[in-house]
Amino acid sequence: MKSIRVAAILFLATLALACVFAGRFAPASYAEQFRDLPDAACTRTHPLGTDDLGRDRLARLLYGTRVSLILAPTAALLATLLAGLVGASAGFFGGRVESCVMAITDLVLAMPWFFLLITIRALMPLNVAPLTSVTITFAMLGCLGWAGAARVVCADARTLCRSDMVLLARACGTSGLRLLWRHILPNLRPVLYAQFWISVPIFILTEANLGMLGLGVAEPLPSWGSLLRELESYSAGSSQPWVFAPLLLLIITVSCFQLAVRKEEIRA
Amino acid sequence: MRNRLLISAVLGLGLFQLAYAQPGSQLRFCLGSQPKTFNPLLVADDASDTVRYLTGGVLMRLNRKTQQLEPELATSWKVSATGKSISFVLRDNVRFSDGTPFSADDVDYTMQSLMDPALHSPSGDAFRVGEGKMTTQVTAKNKITLNFPVPIVGLDKLFDQVAIVSAHSAQKEAAVLGPYYLAENKSGSYLLLKRNPYYWKHDGSGRQLPYIDSIRLDIQQNRDIEMLRLTRGEIELINTLDPDNYDKLRERAPQMAVDAGVGLDSEQMWFNQVASAPVPAYKKAWFASTRFRQAISQSINRDDLARVVFRGHAHPAVSWVSPANKVWFNDKLQPHRFDPKAALSLMREDGFQLQNGTLHDREGHAVEFSIITNAGNKSREKMATMIQQDLAQIGIRLNIVTLDFPSLIERITRTFNYEACLLGLVNDDLDPNSQMNVWASSSENHQWNPSEKTPATAWEAEIDRLMRAQATTFDFKKRKQAVDRVQQIVWEQEPFIYLVNKEVLSAVSPNVHNASPVALRPQVYWNIDRLMLGTQVAGK
Repeated sequence: MKSIRVAAILFLATLALACVFAGRFAPASYAEQFRDLPDAACTRTHPLGTDDLGRDRLARLLYGTRVSLILAPTAALLATLLAGLVGASAGFFGGRVESCVMAITDLVLAMPWFFLLITIRALMPLNVAPLTSVTITFAMLGCLGWAGAARVVCADARTLCRSDMVLLARACGTSGLRLLWRHILPNLRPVLYAQFWISVPIFILTEANLGMLGLGVAEPLPSWGSLLRELESYSAGSSQPWVFAPLLLLIITVSCFQLAVRKEEIRA
Repeated sequence: MRNRLLISAVLGLGLFQLAYAQPGSQLRFCLGSQPKTFNPLLVADDASDTVRYLTGGVLMRLNRKTQQLEPELATSWKVSATGKSISFVLRDNVRFSDGTPFSADDVDYTMQSLMDPALHSPSGDAFRVGEGKMTTQVTAKNKITLNFPVPIVGLDKLFDQVAIVSAHSAQKEAAVLGPYYLAENKSGSYLLLKRNPYYWKHDGSGRQLPYIDSIRLDIQQNRDIEMLRLTRGEIELINTLDPDNYDKLRERAPQMAVDAGVGLDSEQMWFNQVASAPVPAYKKAWFASTRFRQAISQSINRDDLARVVFRGHAHPAVSWVSPANKVWFNDKLQPHRFDPKAALSLMREDGFQLQNGTLHDREGHAVEFSIITNAGNKSREKMATMIQQDLAQIGIRLNIVTLDFPSLIERITRTFNYEACLLGLVNDDLDPNSQMNVWASSSENHQWNPSEKTPATAWEAEIDRLMRAQATTFDFKKRKQAVDRVQQIVWEQEPFIYLVNKEVLSAVSPNVHNASPVALRPQVYWNIDRLMLGTQVAGK
């Protein structure tokens, strides 16, 4: 088990290095169009071939990984923190506070986000740099994606509040925010970790879908989401299996994160 | 002996039953959506238009191959010298699909319904060009004259879209005069059209048309699944294919892939020139400059757009009339050359300077603008990305914004909160008069600067004058001269920067005979009554 964890950490470290030094490893700029080589197969010059505009796939994958690997976990962290704050408070205080907070959470879950996102896009200025656009997209995802997790956290917090451990803490005179901070929140950590790791791939895929609405990453900046959109065509992979590289990398990366962090979590 | 006779009789009866038990020939293809209406006078969407084409009987039909009108329910017609009236002599002994006889009353009823403002018929809009009412004169059972309040140029061609409905049938618009009638409608799943038993047309050997007994139209939105079904033999044709699927099909089944050549549709971009638009004044000045627009046009590599985005199945566009329109295209014009150096020279003439790889105007503003296009349209997204790189070569930063279609329409028609737009124009009509609503400066569809009270520029005033002139004369030569000149002005001034004209790509199973796909809609089944399936040819 230890060796698997080490391998996972090594993989993540290599990936992080490759992304940080993408400019050195990438055979070309992610935006450069080799128009005589659209949809080219793997060659020495283009190890993962080129996309339909002749852009180097490896370069786009490295830069796209950099964008998604920084922004998707950041958005997931934001959503998890919000969920932890809202859910734990509701579960801890209970009664009317819980009813009120959960009613708001249900309202957020029931909101037609699709139309709201379209409205938000319509309100955004048009002349926005691609990096700003992608940051706004992930910030929106982080701000909107907490409600589902908050319900889970609230249920867990409620159970904890009724546990013998908390009863003992109360008997020892611990109450209020100290009880929440010292006893409830640390015990909510596993569920928050789980919510965080679930959110990362969800946000990456949501970003890919938002691209259809013009809310995703603006061209020419790549992201895992925009790279995964290439798989929309049913036969895309039949003649060019290397188009699955972003999907494979996404699966491996998320798995490695799980493997690497689980030990830490157990220790905690 | 008795037993032999009995066996022969049983065998004979069995063979007889077998022969008649065989299902009739059926052509299958897909519709992108459920038709919104089956009333031929209310057709506004593609799926309904397909059903109208297959079931509706018209007075005359535009032959999609020769681009000439041919008699159908009218054996002859005559447009008056003033262009205000048209007289028809109708075919005798024609019946609707329910057996109701066809007469001039039906044409009268159809036209009165079509022109009724309360019906809001999209087909009727083309006839409502001026104030006043249309009147009809039924002079005999098979003769009718229609009088319009104002002259209508290309009046006879408009009747290609008018499917005649019955004035007397209890089935109303369900009774049709076309080759097929609607027999079954499983909403969202499929439509079944059956052969009209009373269809009037016969082939050279006297055999009643159409040859194919029924048509099954499956509702299928996903184009990839449609392709898969074609290759599996579950459908016989795809009317329009995108270049990616066309190339895949050409690799797998080259006998099915058909390229009918360049079509009427165009892809173009334009700059927002609306005076009240919420765009900085210095950008408005760029967009209003002819040199700026010409420079942008010369910086775009149209050959690359056609080759990379459309995989060679498109051609650099020239002006607003496609080369597919053999009659009206101005063949003296050529597509704008890709020449970034010449583009920079033009920019310099306008006071722009290239500094450290970025173009600046004479006030020092870096040249940067956004272009909006509809999200989900891969071709347009790719074109925008290629234009982005082309413009970067002359120091211009282009920001691409993809919007959902309603937001985009809101911006280009109401708020005018955009800088440049990339869209396509779907064109069904060969006559330039159909684009009057785009070129008249007072029109709402004059996209770069809609609803001008007076023409904003001298060249727009000239276009207005020429378009009015071609719309009010019946002298073809004069019309052609006017339309040629408008094409030239648009080529020079570039209010729309025309990018490419796409080729018409279709797929037809080898099992379908007599298919001869063309550039005009409906590309593959325009001669539906002459199409034949392989089994029928074998048994012919």
